[in-house]
Amino acid sequence: MNKNKITQTICANILRILIIGIGNTYRGDDAAGLVIARHLRKQVPDYVSVLEESGNGIAFMESWKNADTVILIDAVHSGTKPGTIHRFDASAHPLPSEFFCYSTHTFGVAEIIELARVLNQLPSHLIVYGIEGKRFEAGIGISPEVNKAAQEVVNRLRQDIHSFLKES
Amino acid sequence: MKNDKAKTKTIKVDYLARVEGEGALYVKIKGNTVTDVKFKIFEPPRFFEAFLRGRSFCEAPDITARICGICPVAYQMSSSHAMEDAFGIRVDGQLRALRRLLYCGEWIESHALHVYLLHAPDFFGYDDAIQMAKDYPDIVQRGLQLKKTGNEVVILIGGREIHPINVRVGGFYKALTKQELNSLTEKLKRARDIALEAVSWTAEFDYPDFEQDYEFVALRHPDEYPFNEGKLISNKGLDIFVHEYDNHFIEEQIAYTNALHSKLKERGAYFVGPLARFNLNFDRLSPLAKEAAHSAGLSPVCRNPFKSIIVRSVEMVYACDEALRIIGQYEKPEIPAIPFQPTAGTGYGCTEAPRGILYHRYRVDDNGRILDAKIVPSTSQNQKTIENDLWQFIPKYLDLPSEKLKYDCEKAIRNYDPCISCATHFLKLNIDRE
Repeated sequence: MNKNKITQTICANILRILIIGIGNTYRGDDAAGLVIARHLRKQVPDYVSVLEESGNGIAFMESWKNADTVILIDAVHSGTKPGTIHRFDASAHPLPSEFFCYSTHTFGVAEIIELARVLNQLPSHLIVYGIEGKRFEAGIGISPEVNKAAQEVVNRLRQDIHSFLKES
Repeated sequence: MKNDKAKTKTIKVDYLARVEGEGALYVKIKGNTVTDVKFKIFEPPRFFEAFLRGRSFCEAPDITARICGICPVAYQMSSSHAMEDAFGIRVDGQLRALRRLLYCGEWIESHALHVYLLHAPDFFGYDDAIQMAKDYPDIVQRGLQLKKTGNEVVILIGGREIHPINVRVGGFYKALTKQELNSLTEKLKRARDIALEAVSWTAEFDYPDFEQDYEFVALRHPDEYPFNEGKLISNKGLDIFVHEYDNHFIEEQIAYTNALHSKLKERGAYFVGPLARFNLNFDRLSPLAKEAAHSAGLSPVCRNPFKSIIVRSVEMVYACDEALRIIGQYEKPEIPAIPFQPTAGTGYGCTEAPRGILYHRYRVDDNGRILDAKIVPSTSQNQKTIENDLWQFIPKYLDLPSEKLKYDCEKAIRNYDPCISCATHFLKLNIDRE
C-alpha cells in the first residue's frame, strides 16, 4: 500500500466528510449545487461522500447523521452580483435570514439547520456555500457567471477538504 | 393595517407560512362586520393539463407526479386508474395491495409532516417547529421518525422518496419480494406506536369552539377505508360513480387567485380530506384506529375543522396498521404489471390523496396519445370552504389584537393542510379593519 493510500485509509476511519449539492436541474441557476456535486464526485478521495439533493431539508438532515463534517452547496438569491460566492460556518452561527429563504419547500436549508441545531443533530463542522444565481426560471443550464463561480467553488472545496485533513 | 373614521381594519398575511407553496390571505373588517375574505394563491399557473396533450398515456403517472413533491403517489395513482379505466383494464390482487401499501407510505409521511412540524406549533402559540422543538425535542424527534418510516415505504416500493419511478399504468415496473417488504415490518410497528401517541397528544390540545354544517365528500368503498377506489359520496346525498364527477362538480376561475375554485353544481362549497374521510368511512377503519379515535373522544360526525389534526393522527395509525396487514398477507405477484393494449376512449380516476380526493380525467386516441386532460387537486376543492370558514371564524374573534387574529386565521387555514403547488392552477395574509 503506497503512502497516499495509507493516508486515505487512516482518514476514512477518522474523518467522514459529506458534501451535499442542492438544487433543481430544471430551474436554471438553481442547479448550481448539483453541478458542483457532479464535478466533485470525480475528484474527491474515498473518505468524502457526495450527494445530490432536491432541497428536502428533512432528507439531508437524515443523511448527515453519520458525518463529522458536512458541506452544503446551494444557489442563493440575495441581491448580490450573480456568481458571488458566499461561505458560512453554520455550525457556529445561524445563516443570515436574507439567504436561502426564497424556497417554497416546507423545510429549506436555513430552517433545517436551525431545527437540527435545536435537536443537537448538527455535525461538528457544517459549512454552507451559497452561489448567487442570475436566473431561476424553468429551463436547463446555468448562466456563465454561475458556471465560473461553480469552478471556483470546486477549487475551494478541494482546499477545504485538505484543511479538514490537516486539522484531524 | 389602517385606521380611519369608519374604523376599517385590514389583516394582511403576505406570505402564509407552514403551507406548501406560495399563497396569501386578505381580510377586510368594517366595524364589527367582515366585508371581504380572499384566499389568494399566487404561485404561478403551471399548465400541466396543457402539456400532457400529445404525450403518451404511459407518461401520465411520471409527469403528473411532478405536480407535487409531497403527494406524488396520489398523482401517480389517480392517473394510472384513469388510464386503466380508459383501456378497460383492472389491477387486482397483490398488485392492487402493493398500490395501497405505497399510498400508506405517502399518507404516513405527509400527515407526520403536517401534524408535528406544520400544524402542532399553532396549538402552542409557537412561530414554527424550530421553536416548538426547543421545548418539546422528543415529540419533534418522534414526528421525524414517523415521517422517515413513511418515506422508507415510498422509497422501497416507489424506487425513490420524491417522484417515485416504479409506478406504471397496469401495475409496477418491478414487483417486490415478500422478504423485501418484511424489512419494513418492525419500523411500521414502531411507527404505529408513535402514531397512537400522536392521537393521545393531539386530543389534549385546546380546540376553538367552531363547527360548521359542511358537506363532506370522500370516496366510499364497500370493504375498505378508501385509498384508490370507491364511489364518491357526501353527507348531503351525493352518491355517484367517479365517471359522473363532471356532472356534479364545476371549476370556476376567480380573479384574485391562480387556483380554480371547485364547487358542487347544486350546493356550492364542500370539504375533502381526512375529516371528510373519517366522517364518511369511520366504520371502515381498523379496530385499533377506531379505538384510538374513541379514546381521543372523537366519533363521526366531527364538524370542527381544527380537530383535523387528531383525525390525521388516527389516519396515521390506520395507515401503519393497513401497511402491516398488507405486508403480512403479501405474496409476490407473478408479473409486475398486467398486459394491455391502449384503445381510444375517456378514462376517469379519483383517489384519496393525503389532503382529499384527487380527480383525473383523460381522453386518449387509439395509440394511447393524450388528447386532453383534467386534474382537480384537493386544495382547489377546499378553497371555497377555507374562505367560508374564515367568514364565520373571524367575527367571533374581532376583539383580538390584529397580530393574534392573523395568527388564528393562519391556523384555521392550516386545518386543511393546503398544498399550493398542487392547486395552481396558492398564502400572504391581509386584514383590513374599517
